[in-house]
Amino acid sequence: MSESKKQPSKRKTPTRRKQTPKAAKAPNIGTLRREKILITGAAGALAKYVIDKLKGEYEIVGVDFRGLKALHPDTVDYEVDFNKRSFEDVFREHNFSAVLHLGRIKISDLDRGRRFSSNVIGTERLLRLALKYGVEQVLVLSTYHVYGADPHNPSLIDEDYPLKAAGYAQELVDAVELENLANIYLYKHPELNITVLRPCNIAGAGINNSISRMLAQPLAPCVGGFSPLMQFIHVEDMASAVVECLYKNIPGVYNVAPDDWIAYQDALQLAGCRRLFLPAVPASLTGTLASMMGRFAPPSYLLTFFKYAVILDPGKFDKTFDFKPVYSFDDIFAHYRAAK
Amino acid sequence: MRFRNFVKNRVVSPEIDNIVDALPRQNVGTQGYDPWGLNLDTAKIGFQAVRWLYNEYFRVEAKGLENVPTSGRLLLIGNHSGQLPMDGIMMGYSIVTNPHGPRLPRTMVERWFPTVPFLGNLINSLGGVVGDPLNCSKMLERDEAIIVFPEGIRGSGKPYSLRYQLQRFGHGFMHLAMEHNTPIVPVGIVGCEETMPALANIKPLAKLLNMPYFPLAPLLPLPAKVFLNFGKPMHFANDAKNEGVVEQRVEKVKDAIRDLIETGMAQRSSKY
Repeated sequence: MSESKKQPSKRKTPTRRKQTPKAAKAPNIGTLRREKILITGAAGALAKYVIDKLKGEYEIVGVDFRGLKALHPDTVDYEVDFNKRSFEDVFREHNFSAVLHLGRIKISDLDRGRRFSSNVIGTERLLRLALKYGVEQVLVLSTYHVYGADPHNPSLIDEDYPLKAAGYAQELVDAVELENLANIYLYKHPELNITVLRPCNIAGAGINNSISRMLAQPLAPCVGGFSPLMQFIHVEDMASAVVECLYKNIPGVYNVAPDDWIAYQDALQLAGCRRLFLPAVPASLTGTLASMMGRFAPPSYLLTFFKYAVILDPGKFDKTFDFKPVYSFDDIFAHYRAAK
Repeated sequence: MRFRNFVKNRVVSPEIDNIVDALPRQNVGTQGYDPWGLNLDTAKIGFQAVRWLYNEYFRVEAKGLENVPTSGRLLLIGNHSGQLPMDGIMMGYSIVTNPHGPRLPRTMVERWFPTVPFLGNLINSLGGVVGDPLNCSKMLERDEAIIVFPEGIRGSGKPYSLRYQLQRFGHGFMHLAMEHNTPIVPVGIVGCEETMPALANIKPLAKLLNMPYFPLAPLLPLPAKVFLNFGKPMHFANDAKNEGVVEQRVEKVKDAIRDLIETGMAQRSSKY
């Protein structure tokens, strides 16, 4: 990669260590001392699947503001805020080889300022500490929302496509900023071996993001006259993608999605939802009526994703990591249909 | 999905069903969609209507279909006319029903279509794709056939007095053909100029309605007989040193289309 040519002395790639990534990880099994990894957002559903896949091979330290002893009794956990001084103690006490940054404050959880502080400033602190304590690999979980739902979006968006989300929704500014921050560190500090993953809609058992909430509801909103294509990945497939990144350690930015597509309204019907059609014009009326849905209301930024498609090209990730999702759309939607 | 199935089961004939089911579908996913929004069930409903237009209303005669490669990436370049995109629809249907090997070509549409409720989705699900170079590149990478009218609205919106006079061609299609090593099949279309002869473009009304043009023309297309002539594939190496070379190559394609238009004019005995 071009960045490794610029600063060849810093990055500790598997090639530089003169062993294959798999071979590098294999001695963990059955040895007395296993590598330690830090997982943020460890109480989340994705982290649960990741921890289940990695706990035999790594010593896992989980961090989440929600606490996670009940979920993972065999991991060391911290209930801590990234922005607090005590967060550095986690790095002081453990010699992490990798950080999987899966945690993010959701749009519905806090106001915009506090969310920015936690997601962006907190991540900056996390990356600085990773640098200070010699962490060799950092994975940052982003989202496809950063591309923004623009009516002129081409299909099969590549990773180098501009991130337009901040121009469409204030709620997504922190997601774009987090990406920018990760990219700055990716090029400025190649020794951190940063991998940024931009997954499509993650769905499946335990996932509680906005789109998953829509699929789980008996009544789901959609915008009349629009049914954009969407991609969905099962949470277990996403966990496998994270684990592959950890094993192979190939820094860069990657879209993660299946090479398959479904219209939003078809997805709702397959998930057993009744559709509530919101008027498309005027746009302000769409938002007002959506907000009147009470507990069934989608976050306002999601309404543009109900109108315009953002379809990812997963080719780079699939080729680099030899990855193919196992779960089909039918498997994903069957879960929601069965729960109704 | 349920409504679409309801209509499909009542409207689509077994013949159209078989035609669409026999089409190559290398980019169609498990739910019947491709990444640009094409839905095969919606396409069947659309083709049912187009079949009547093709066979009965415009009585299309297509010649040279053996020149259309049955697989691999392909650009079909034609002359644009007739205010409404009837030329693209007729060309598309002729390739879908090509006896030498059917395939489903994609057509480029104006960028404002996706913003229009219902219409944007409908056009996408019938095979229309926003005319974006990135979309074209990806489609060619995935071995799709694409119909392009390099004149754009300069061709479709021109008045009847300029009929069969090729307007300026954009160079984008040639760059794509060279970069993606894609053959170009030139197509001469005769008859669509007469389907909707426009006397003038009412520009203030077009501006008011945010449309590319608003023609003073018949409200519905007239039943002109349409002739399609497909030329031999043209190949261009990716070795153009400057835009002047690209322009010369574009002129070669224009000359080929002019010849095919003349062939079509010679074939017809009357306009309607």
